[in-house]
Amino acid sequence: MAAKTLYDKLWESHVVHAEPDVAVLLYIDRQLLHEVTSPQAFSGLRAAGRKAWRIDANIATADHNVPTTDRAAGIVDPTSRLQVDTLDQNCAEFGIEEFGMLDPRQGIVHVIAPEQGLTLPGMTVVCGDSHTATHGALGALAFGIGTTEVEHVLATQCLWARKSKSLRVWVDGELGRGVTAKDMVLAIIGKMGTAGGTGYAIEFAGPAVQALSVEGRMTLCNMAIEAGARSGMVGVDAITIDYLRGRPYAPVGRIWDQAVAAWSELHSDADASFDAEIRLHAADIAPQVTWGTSPEMVAEISATIPDPARESDMVRRKGWTDALAYMDLQPNTPLSAIALDKVFIGSCTNARIEDLRAAAAVAKGHQKAASVKVAMVVPGSGLVKAQAEAEGLDKIFKEAGFEWREPGCSMCLAMNADRLEPGERCASTSNRNFEGRQGAGGRTHLVSPAMAAAAAIAGHFVDVRDWSAQ
Amino acid sequence: MEAFTVLEAIVAPLDRPNVDTDAIIPKQFLKTIERQGLGKHLFDAWRYLEQDGKQVDNPEFILNQPIYADARILLARENFGCGSSREHAPWALADYGFRAIIAPSFADIFANNCVQNGILLIRLSADEVDHLFHEVAANPGYRLRIDLPAQEVQTMGDSRYCFPMDAGHKHKLLNGLDDIQLTLQHEGAIRAYEAARRQSAPWLFRDGV
Repeated sequence: MAAKTLYDKLWESHVVHAEPDVAVLLYIDRQLLHEVTSPQAFSGLRAAGRKAWRIDANIATADHNVPTTDRAAGIVDPTSRLQVDTLDQNCAEFGIEEFGMLDPRQGIVHVIAPEQGLTLPGMTVVCGDSHTATHGALGALAFGIGTTEVEHVLATQCLWARKSKSLRVWVDGELGRGVTAKDMVLAIIGKMGTAGGTGYAIEFAGPAVQALSVEGRMTLCNMAIEAGARSGMVGVDAITIDYLRGRPYAPVGRIWDQAVAAWSELHSDADASFDAEIRLHAADIAPQVTWGTSPEMVAEISATIPDPARESDMVRRKGWTDALAYMDLQPNTPLSAIALDKVFIGSCTNARIEDLRAAAAVAKGHQKAASVKVAMVVPGSGLVKAQAEAEGLDKIFKEAGFEWREPGCSMCLAMNADRLEPGERCASTSNRNFEGRQGAGGRTHLVSPAMAAAAAIAGHFVDVRDWSAQ
Repeated sequence: MEAFTVLEAIVAPLDRPNVDTDAIIPKQFLKTIERQGLGKHLFDAWRYLEQDGKQVDNPEFILNQPIYADARILLARENFGCGSSREHAPWALADYGFRAIIAPSFADIFANNCVQNGILLIRLSADEVDHLFHEVAANPGYRLRIDLPAQEVQTMGDSRYCFPMDAGHKHKLLNGLDDIQLTLQHEGAIRAYEAARRQSAPWLFRDGV
């Protein structure tokens, strides 16, 4: 039998029907629903008099619009409230399980589904959200879809899809101290470019990837979309199985044993071939900071901002010039000289317990710089928040002058009240530094949780590897 | 969905790479629970300025130039539509009046969403796109004719550019088809697949755990 990639295995096990030369009808095991991209899908079903095909395949929660302060007071913005209420009503009408805003299991969809064991290896997972790639960390085929496709999955449990090409990102060696999965994925995007993965499904592999926890692998897969790929994935190993054991929606007993046996096949065969491969050495990766308005505009902390005048590609030169104008930055400025107005620690990229531990370890015993107006910590879920509080992390943050918030997407995309004002500059653990992403006119620099915490204390970017010496 | 066959229209040039869906339709407009009415917010941050607390047209932005008022074709650079999966981006583009976008490349999710909304995405080489940018700049009111059945972009000077097209997407656009009806013709195959999976992988079904 021909050697197969993990992607081949996941794809082939979900083909319901293949049209010659056109598309494949792919079965979807899990759909995650949130308030922003689902209302029009439910309206479509209602208008056509259709029911949900398989209710138990869906799970819903509100995350984008929810306030991160005083949750019990409800949502002040009437349009945000309408969207969240609409999700509640749609879930009740169609019989779909929802973790409501006051449920301790509520949180960012991409944090709660793995946390609950709702994402399992070998599944196809979709959501009307591009960061669905996150779930590939568990050996699943997970990708973001649009609202018309959300409706299609609700109505048929399938999607028409075309197989992507395969790309393996192989990371050799070992990450240095203070260097994280976030730095790894930013370095990968810097190398590939934001369109480098377009048309590909990425498998992250190699010793440095295998050494990551499942949470680190989620950070990695989460940003596959920032490299242009709809899905990122990591093969199943003992770390994956250990992570899943005992999760509320994970199988138990005899079915668990049967599942584990099946999951152990979910990795690329040793001699499988990929359409493309990129190789990096973990030891070469330093803490990363983005300087522009696209995640590919990234450099290591010791670097200076590049000079567009030295870029020979004219389209790219114009892109850099526009980005530096928007960011109000000058070429050749050291990244460590950039001063921050706000700091955001959160998002589906970096709001899990290990992220909060890493940030707290840096913040412990220090004080937020007076020049930093707000340093905000937004846990990824109610359960992450509870775990952090049990470990005393909330205390460390509060003593350091950081704000400790309720879970949600928050200032990753600023659909709730958390946002940058025009001209404000933010060190953010989120995934996109696009113009206006964190608030109209706001300026975003993407970094790891430890780098964000260190920047909050120093007031400017610093190399977190030097932190213990400070 | 409106079918797409042939379109002749004015071309508006948007000369920047990596135009993301946050730029196409910013987050404050995603709170709608409707599909319609997003055209007025298309490219909001670039298109409008705040003046004395009021929103006014930004005269620098290309779509605000009167010559492009009737543009139905958008000319763009590489990786157009990257970032968020929000279908609000093609809803806003379609509601504004764009029926086709020409660029060297498009982001995957955005491309899928466009097909669902009758917007034709045309991939030409970076050199061809560059040439079209020069033509648009040199010829006010520049128009192109797009022939989907022939998969050709035709200039008024009778140059022709062929473009590649997924056969399934082409069929869908030409006929304005709705996928769900088509899929439900395979109901038997879906049920059979589910029955087999319940046996081989019961943990995928929550009542099977």
